[in-house]
Amino acid sequence: MKLKRIKSFVLDDKNFLGLLGMMLVLLIVISIIRPAKFYTSNNLVSMLSQFPQYGIMSLGVMIAMIAGGIDLSVVGLANLATISAALILQAMIPESASSLQAAGAIILAIAAALLIGLVGGMMNGLLVSMLNVPAILATLGTFQAYTGICLVLTGGNIISRLPSQFGDAMGVKVLGVIPLPIVIFAVCVLAMWILLSKSAFGKKVYMIGTNRRAATYSGLNVKGVITAAYMVSGVLAAIGGLVMMGRMNSAKADYGSSYTMQCILIVVLGGVDPAGGSGKLKGVVTAILILQVISSGLNMFSQINNFYKQLVWGVVLLSVMVIKYLAATGRPSRQIR
Amino acid sequence: MKRLVKMNETYVFVVLALLCLLVQARSGQFFRVYNLIDLLVALIVPAMFALNTHVVIASGGIDVSFPCIASFCMYVVTRILQMIEYQGSVVLAFVMAAVIGAIMGALNGWLIASFRLPPLIVTLGTQSLFTGVLMGVLEAIEISGSKLPSCITSFGLQRLYETVNPENNIITYIPTSLLILVGAVIVTYVILKHTMFGRSIFAVGNDENAALRAGIPVKRIKIAVYCYAGLVAGVAGIVRMCITKFCHPTNLTGIEMEVIAAVVLGGTSIAGGKGSITGAMLGIALITVMSNSLLLLGIPVQWQTFCTGILIIFGTGLSAYQAMRAGKKLMRRTKIQPAEKPAAEGGQTA
Repeated sequence: MKLKRIKSFVLDDKNFLGLLGMMLVLLIVISIIRPAKFYTSNNLVSMLSQFPQYGIMSLGVMIAMIAGGIDLSVVGLANLATISAALILQAMIPESASSLQAAGAIILAIAAALLIGLVGGMMNGLLVSMLNVPAILATLGTFQAYTGICLVLTGGNIISRLPSQFGDAMGVKVLGVIPLPIVIFAVCVLAMWILLSKSAFGKKVYMIGTNRRAATYSGLNVKGVITAAYMVSGVLAAIGGLVMMGRMNSAKADYGSSYTMQCILIVVLGGVDPAGGSGKLKGVVTAILILQVISSGLNMFSQINNFYKQLVWGVVLLSVMVIKYLAATGRPSRQIR
Repeated sequence: MKRLVKMNETYVFVVLALLCLLVQARSGQFFRVYNLIDLLVALIVPAMFALNTHVVIASGGIDVSFPCIASFCMYVVTRILQMIEYQGSVVLAFVMAAVIGAIMGALNGWLIASFRLPPLIVTLGTQSLFTGVLMGVLEAIEISGSKLPSCITSFGLQRLYETVNPENNIITYIPTSLLILVGAVIVTYVILKHTMFGRSIFAVGNDENAALRAGIPVKRIKIAVYCYAGLVAGVAGIVRMCITKFCHPTNLTGIEMEVIAAVVLGGTSIAGGKGSITGAMLGIALITVMSNSLLLLGIPVQWQTFCTGILIIFGTGLSAYQAMRAGKKLMRRTKIQPAEKPAAEGGQTA
């Protein structure tokens, strides 16, 4: 019985099956080319601590896209939340702070970051749902505005020399082996699973993404649900930002500028329809892992500079979309006339 | 007169004029000749980008890859000219940039039209791809000064008019490149208003299915639109290099947000099928004047990004709100379904 369920979990979803196949091929290719460097415990641990930051952000982009929109402001909002948290930490933890005082300040900073994520996401949601601003424009605008506030707060400079307590707290290994960011990522995935698959809210998000007008006529509070979806996205952006700050031990207005593209790539690769209404969490999580494997795999070659990654992301995104189109219709669009 | 009151362009113009007067009142320097010339020079490249963005958005799409296309053309053309030690006229540089830009644009158009993919995501992808090729494969670095091809430098120094600022003896001048902008505006205007192709762009933007049934080759039109956008972006890249006299591979990144905002502010509907070149030009003028005048207003430069963001949110919010109200009005008048776009007057204002 159990085996059957696992079988259907894997086999019933062609997109997921494709992703698993892709992952397998990647791992095999790497094991042929660079086994000595890739399959070391050091590399695996560093891989595990790298993906949670953009992984969590892409979960936010995912829910916005399922609701029929898109959230291009996640990185800006993440930076705004972390810079505010960093400023609070700097102000509230003097050199001589006791651990209790430090713990209080860290909790306050995290709470502030999450609140900023919530409010920032709400701004996006209200613009999209109440004013009917196209999601692309609304979130482009708020991205610019949030980044602008970051620049004003920091003067464009990096906020380094954070009190060491925060970095230490983020560096904790749960049960002695699992890095804390992984645990945070797992909690976020679990929360998203409950939200999307087990709650009425999730069903409503899918419905609105599939057909907004039908959802309106069936009596859903469309505006409220869309706003809430963007709020979830905002909070996830803030959490992702905090993880990023823990790793970098600093905050800056233009950190993670490549993550917007990466998040969209993950979400599309993971099987979310850019038009909204469909997409599964397992696909997106697998896509996050695939991206990390590609990224770490490219790092194995010292002669390949970092910009090649952008090239690879672009090619992967475009070819995934083309392949999906071809798989769905069998051939390119013939309406030439 | 009544039509003037109704037009979006009028409002943008009024806001622009008020902003100019405000800057003048605060600093007393706005209407000095050298300031106006500085603004005009700062406007040339963004205005060309606004042209291509206007065409793309009018067709119902969006393009965020044009700054990368411009940078790519700028860099590759410079490298080719260096390699062949070219000494001739600058025309060759523009032609090469136009061809490379058009090819890159055609890639966008092909992906969007043949595979029916969402334009935003496709152009985000090609943006990443182009930057990766430019920075990773070609390992682009800044080229400046005497290393630039001589035709670029000399064309950049050609001027239509020059004046000396009496306070610090700095010469400001209008470069000949302004004529390229003027040419591009005229060509785009003629294409959009007086050719079958241009009218088809608005038809496709308004309602793709209706356009298809009316016998318009939607796919070809879309490819051509992105091709044209790439062409203009490529030329704009060379113009930028002539004006700034250096070739920096990444410092155009991020301008796409301002340009898209400007075009939407100017009344081009993001849903497609509506808008005018006049509006797009006024919109880009508004954004350029704002970001160049913050210092004159006594606002620190750090606020620039924030102000642009607020302007985007406010401008798009306002036009979305107007569209919503117009939609409701139309619904009350004709009792049609609410989601039908108020399409009748689409594309008629220019």
